[in-house]
Amino acid sequence: MTYQTPDQQGQPAPHGPSAPTVPALSLLGLAKRFGDKIAVDGITLDVPAGSFYGVVGPNGAGKTTTLSMATGLLRPDFGTALVHGVDVWQHPLEAKKLMGILPDGVRLFDRLSGEQLVTYAGLLRGMDRDTVAARVAELLAALDLGNDAGTLVVDYSAGMTKKIALASALIHAPRLLVLDEPFESVDPISAANIRDILDRYVASGGTVIVSSHVMDLVQRMCDHVAVVAGGRVLAAGTVEEVRAGASLEDRFVQLVGGRNHTEGLEWLRTF
Amino acid sequence: MVAHLLRLKLTLLRNSVRRSPWQLVGLGIGTLYALGIVGLLVAGLLLLRGQEIELAQTVVVLGGAAALLGWAIIPVAVSAADMTLDPARFTTFAVPMPQLLAGLALGGLIGIPGLATSIVALATVGTWSRSVPAAAGALVGAVLGVLSCVVLSKVVTTATAGLASSRRFKDISAVAFLIPLVLMGPIVAGIAKGIAGSGDFLASLSRTLSWTPAGAAFSLGGELAAGHYGAAAVKFLIAVATLAGLALAWKVLLQRALVTPPYAGTSKRRSGGPGLFGVLPATPAAAVAARSLYYWLRDPRYAGALVVVPLLPVLFLFQGSQSGFYGPFQFVGPLTAFLLAWSISTDVSYDSTAFALHVATGVRGADDRLGRALACLSFALPVVLLFSVGPFFLTGDWAKLPAVLGLSLGVLFSGLGLSSVVSARYTVSVPLPGDSPFKKPPGNVAQTLAVQLGGMAVLMVLVAPEVALVAAQFITGSTVPGWIALVLGPVLGLALFATGVRVGGIWLDRRAPELLAQLAVNR
Repeated sequence: MTYQTPDQQGQPAPHGPSAPTVPALSLLGLAKRFGDKIAVDGITLDVPAGSFYGVVGPNGAGKTTTLSMATGLLRPDFGTALVHGVDVWQHPLEAKKLMGILPDGVRLFDRLSGEQLVTYAGLLRGMDRDTVAARVAELLAALDLGNDAGTLVVDYSAGMTKKIALASALIHAPRLLVLDEPFESVDPISAANIRDILDRYVASGGTVIVSSHVMDLVQRMCDHVAVVAGGRVLAAGTVEEVRAGASLEDRFVQLVGGRNHTEGLEWLRTF
Repeated sequence: MVAHLLRLKLTLLRNSVRRSPWQLVGLGIGTLYALGIVGLLVAGLLLLRGQEIELAQTVVVLGGAAALLGWAIIPVAVSAADMTLDPARFTTFAVPMPQLLAGLALGGLIGIPGLATSIVALATVGTWSRSVPAAAGALVGAVLGVLSCVVLSKVVTTATAGLASSRRFKDISAVAFLIPLVLMGPIVAGIAKGIAGSGDFLASLSRTLSWTPAGAAFSLGGELAAGHYGAAAVKFLIAVATLAGLALAWKVLLQRALVTPPYAGTSKRRSGGPGLFGVLPATPAAAVAARSLYYWLRDPRYAGALVVVPLLPVLFLFQGSQSGFYGPFQFVGPLTAFLLAWSISTDVSYDSTAFALHVATGVRGADDRLGRALACLSFALPVVLLFSVGPFFLTGDWAKLPAVLGLSLGVLFSGLGLSSVVSARYTVSVPLPGDSPFKKPPGNVAQTLAVQLGGMAVLMVLVAPEVALVAAQFITGSTVPGWIALVLGPVLGLALFATGVRVGGIWLDRRAPELLAQLAVNR
């Protein structure tokens, strides 16, 4: 696997060894159990190459667990995950070269400066020094972190931490980006910048998977969506197919259920 | 409301051990340790009952003043203030201030330090159970004294909350606190010598202290036992005024703190360049080494070790100057080698879930292992060489240098190899990133003990040849075993180092996701 040149904007889609019909990510019967609790109960999902794929679900639906298993961070009890046809758990090194991962709820090496952390991520992937240096500068500028490049990540705000983690996931120009809650606590301007970056990335042939529970965001941003609840896929396809005329939020509530229409809380109006 | 706050504290305490039975074991070990110390102190105080009033009074007053000092200093110095009932969390509940203060103060008594102090303080009632007024006075004094301890600690932590929440202060204070801790032996010895020189000094110090807020409360029992009713009345007033004054100060500080949350100002830095990442070769292993070196400097959990190492020769020199026998001083090199090499056995545990980056980028296990070991070696090797050769300038017993040097190098390389394997396979419970190195780590205490003790036992076996050769030279006086050790140590050590990096790397390649899952448990 060779790395793209630092400037890839407007360049044709990255063509790898696999044919374009192979899904960017293909999950087959992934399942995971923690103690008595079945977190993921057989998820099968195809993410087409070149799609902007949203994974939505209520809290505790198994989104993070599924994405961790798909990216080689958590070993599944059953099932397989293929990235552009490469089995993540049979050939982890090859698969991980194709992926950029933004995990949710993990720490960073936060005693490094932002600049050093992204450099570290690039060097760990075996990239050469000049490429890393050029890309780090561009990424920090694109994510509005240029003014804090030398600040230690431990002193960053939550939103900045998210952005620096995203930069670490982008440094090696992966063909597939798996982003777990990428917009959490990111300010609206940075979020818009990130969306632009991701849109251009998808337009040039890359694939993005984001998990979120902000339905509006997913409806506006993604072209495909999967609704996950209770460790299963309830619906998957293009956003148009899944929402079937309604708004994604209404459709989501309808699929997942659990809205309570009880009257109650009368006293809340008695102040 | 006070009862609610106390129940909340108890519930939090109970829930904190409910996460796993092993945490209960950990709490049990901590409790046993505290019980041991408390038992000794209580027994001592009860024995004082039969002693002269003067002596008992000196001990009780000085002990009380020391407790007050401890409650004031330790929570700030080790950044381990008990924040289970952080007042900031009650800002939105509009709890009336007097009840909040009472609840938080009594809540401060729940927990090992609070209970231990209370029990020891109550034991002074035993010391003074020589007459009814004396015992009653001691009881009142103990209650006033313990409450003063808790409230003083709250005053200090509230006042320094802004300071203490700045990362830089936390980092520096945690590391600086290690210095007196390591030098405890010499310090205590020095003080003891001074005391032996001037026995009257302590008695007069205690007499003076008993008229100040620091000692008034705990001197009540003694004054009443001696029949000084007038003095007792004045000291009672001093003790009550102290507690009231502290409570007032706390109230004012807390009122201000509740509406002005601490703001940790941080300096922005545009760019510092890639630093070491630009200096070391651009390979994954070198990148891991650069990252580890930054952590040795910037993370107090690592930096603490760097502060302790230069103090080791000081300790041994002191010990030698006391006894006039510098035998142990010759082994400061091997000991340092062991400490530094073994310190990276917890490397992956120190990473915590940041280790996910290594898993996600698919860095080869051997590169991960090699980078961490080389980072440690880069400063450990010169330090160990210096510490191995240095003592012989003092002792002049140069014939033993080859043996000691061989042992040092053997321990250093073998230890790094073993650490590389251990940290690739086992996680231990360590303070989380950003926490004080003194904070009680969450998680599995029993596994930590097993891994640490087991690892050290294995290391003893691995360096047994070098140890045997050194012993042979020291017993027979022949220099031949020493020269063999000088050759064998590095050779065997390097072989074990290479094996450790390779085996650890293979284990990491196979089990990195499982390791990450173990780390995620503690977060």
